[in-house]
Amino acid sequence: MKNLTCSLLTLFALATATPAVSADEEIVVYSARKEHLIKPLFDAYSKMSGVEIIYITDKAGPFLARLKAEGANTPADMLITVDAGNLWQAAEQGVLAHVDSKALNSNIPTHLRDPDNRWFGLSVRARTIVYSTERVKKRELSSYEDLADPKWKGRLCLRTSKKVYNQSLVATMIDRLGEKKTEQVVKGWVGNLAVPPFSDDTRTMKAIVAGQCDVGIVNTYYFGRLQKKDPGVKLALFWPNQKKSGVHVNVSGAGITRHAKHKAAAIKLLEWLSSAEAQKLFAGLNMEYPANPKVKPDPKVAAWGEFKGDDSNIAKAGALQRKAVMLMDRAGYR
Amino acid sequence: MTTELSVNAGTLPRRSLFHRHGWHIAIMALAAIVSMPLLLIFSGWLQAENEVWRHLSETVLADLVGNTLVLLVGVMLGVLLLGVGLAWLTALCDFPGRCFFDWALMLPLAVPAYVLAFVALGVLDYAGPLQTQLRSLFGDGVWFPQIRSTGGVISVLVLVLYPYVYMLTRSAFLTQGQGTLEAARILGLGSWGGFFKVALPMARPAIVAGTSLALMETLADFGTVAVFNYDTFTTAIYKAWFGLFNLQAASQLASLLLLFVALALIAEGRLRGRARYHETGCRSPQQRHHLVGVRAWLATLAAASLFGLAFVFPVLQLLLWAWEVVRNDLDSRYLALLWHTLLLGSLAAVLTVCGALLLAFAKRYRDDAVNSVAVRIATLGYAMPGSVLAIGVMLTFTGIDNFINALWRLFGNAASGQLLGGTVAALLMAYLVRFLAVAFGPIDSGLGRIRPSIAEAARSLGAAPRGLLQRVYLPLLRPGLLTALLLVLVDVMKEMPATQLLRPFGWDTLAVRIYEMTSEGEWERAALPAITLILAGLLPVIYLVRRSGHDTPSPQASPKEPMNKSGRRWV
Repeated sequence: MKNLTCSLLTLFALATATPAVSADEEIVVYSARKEHLIKPLFDAYSKMSGVEIIYITDKAGPFLARLKAEGANTPADMLITVDAGNLWQAAEQGVLAHVDSKALNSNIPTHLRDPDNRWFGLSVRARTIVYSTERVKKRELSSYEDLADPKWKGRLCLRTSKKVYNQSLVATMIDRLGEKKTEQVVKGWVGNLAVPPFSDDTRTMKAIVAGQCDVGIVNTYYFGRLQKKDPGVKLALFWPNQKKSGVHVNVSGAGITRHAKHKAAAIKLLEWLSSAEAQKLFAGLNMEYPANPKVKPDPKVAAWGEFKGDDSNIAKAGALQRKAVMLMDRAGYR
Repeated sequence: MTTELSVNAGTLPRRSLFHRHGWHIAIMALAAIVSMPLLLIFSGWLQAENEVWRHLSETVLADLVGNTLVLLVGVMLGVLLLGVGLAWLTALCDFPGRCFFDWALMLPLAVPAYVLAFVALGVLDYAGPLQTQLRSLFGDGVWFPQIRSTGGVISVLVLVLYPYVYMLTRSAFLTQGQGTLEAARILGLGSWGGFFKVALPMARPAIVAGTSLALMETLADFGTVAVFNYDTFTTAIYKAWFGLFNLQAASQLASLLLLFVALALIAEGRLRGRARYHETGCRSPQQRHHLVGVRAWLATLAAASLFGLAFVFPVLQLLLWAWEVVRNDLDSRYLALLWHTLLLGSLAAVLTVCGALLLAFAKRYRDDAVNSVAVRIATLGYAMPGSVLAIGVMLTFTGIDNFINALWRLFGNAASGQLLGGTVAALLMAYLVRFLAVAFGPIDSGLGRIRPSIAEAARSLGAAPRGLLQRVYLPLLRPGLLTALLLVLVDVMKEMPATQLLRPFGWDTLAVRIYEMTSEGEWERAALPAITLILAGLLPVIYLVRRSGHDTPSPQASPKEPMNKSGRRWV
């Protein structure tokens, strides 16, 4: 019993030792972008500026709940997350601060940041059509809406509607086409599915390669990873909706928290992340497109061809996400 | 607070200050700590969320509830069949390879369900190597069972969850006296009759404890069903939270899940009635039932194929995948990941087992309404999806922090920021709430098999309460305690969502690393942390198995009695 008491006391001493997070030269980051995609940038910045960056990774939803609960006591200075829907929600719930920065305003185009400058897109990914080069002719493809056409019956593969990327895609369609038309399209997709939706984009593409289906909708960087592993893979990207709205693009981005303790330092980091120097690495690490238009994408990414992206403000995707989720439920898109 | 509670657990009530209400106070304090996060989750009801409810009930809710029930029934039948069947074979029969399978069949416990899920899908799905190979040999029309299906999810869950039933039932069979079974045989029951009419009913508390653990884990599971894109009730919780950004509605759904579990457990308790499961009479070494010929080899085949599917297959595949990435991905940080994983697991295991001991003793000494309600509440957390529970714990701790900070400011001091939130304490609390049921099961069923007359005899021979605990109860409880420690340790090592939300800065674990990779669909790269996690989890499993095989003390033996070195006491 004595041993037990001892070990419990030790445990409590250990547990109540708070991490020191108040030196001047440090920034605390909550990142929903994965560690291996963000750490190299932090390392580079620390080396250059001498500022230490303390970070922790998790999903966007829990971070949001945490920031709200911690309120003024939050240790976090910056929130990095993926998808416009999550960024919009963070701004909406009041955990992000308005930031006035010339550098950010000039580095990041208006449609890739919050209209009120509470978050800034840092990398761009297109959610586009991928097809089997063996069984599909490029001219058969035209738009997202067209994938609802009966000619694709039993030939379509999709990722689950629970993934925020699909929610944002459908949200922008609601914005463009209205709810009624969008619901018809989504129902058409569901009717054309060859197999139930997959849990991720990589599986969707592998199913197309294996011949389970012929077309799908994926984020560009997943295709990039697959191509890197298997350069001869019999898949290609197609840029839909080029005549009108353009390909659906989404961002990963960041904002400064409302109760940041190291606000000036955190803004400096954010500015650096949007600079030409960091953008190359930020996008390159994950085969994405830089958000800063002055920076050229990685040659491998550029090889997929030029396309017209949807340039309406992506904050809309966030505002309509709820509607999109409900619409997909009604349409039976799992 | 916890230290004080554990001391209470050590002092048995007879002469303590708390003579009347000691158990009530102690157990209610523990239940209060545990239920704080749960209460916060139930408080979601304070705000009406009609829109979300209407939407869910009009669209997906019926399907989700149906899917969940199918999953529960499937997993229940599966774990009962495998867990009880194998426990019977290895504990009471003899067949070629029994000594190996006796402990090897526990190893799948170290395999996280989400890992087996992505390995199974990666290898067996249409695009996987196996089916591709079959198609190239036999053409496109070759038949293969659909892997991403209800059957697939159930199989994966059964393969990782049956060890709960197996371990608990096996130790119950091992401690059952031969006398009872012999009596049954003399009274004309055959070996099947003895199994169904005597051994099985007597092992009921253990079987129920194991099965309810498996079912609660099934209910709370999100990782495995997500890999299969199989929608269950947890899917609705996550949809309300992440899709509709409505944490209130998510809490309401989660609290319904808890209510369901509570009712199911109460119903089982009622069905069991006032039956008691103490061992009576002296135990003589068990005679194993020697299987011969075809039956012996069938037993070996069954054990071997299960072991192969649930353990050898995922481990080999993970090793293959890990080999491809090990040169790029393995760095010095893996040592830190491993260290954090083991440290958190051990601390949580000790803490949780202390809590469970307190609950179990309180229930034994004062089995009244107050205590049994408190026990029910304290063990509900296991059925709660990890993320939701983590939010409850997070809100509890940030609430305390904010309160202290406000007080601090009142006295003119600068706010000190975070005190408890984001510390190891918050994380351990989450583990305690979540895994108390896991530790309680084996300890309670172990305690239930100790006859009260043993303690009475010790007391009448002058044993003080402390001596009684140290020299009578703990040694007799040892197998149950070790099982509890091991189960919590391994479960905490595998735990993902609470660790992610509540870990202090820099406290990444192997499970966190696995998530970072799997959420990006990079299964091969997830294999490296996954195989490390499994191998680390094996150490405690093997340790436990060796211990429990060697020194299962029998009630009439002195605990200090030298143990049978061969470890085949029961043969």
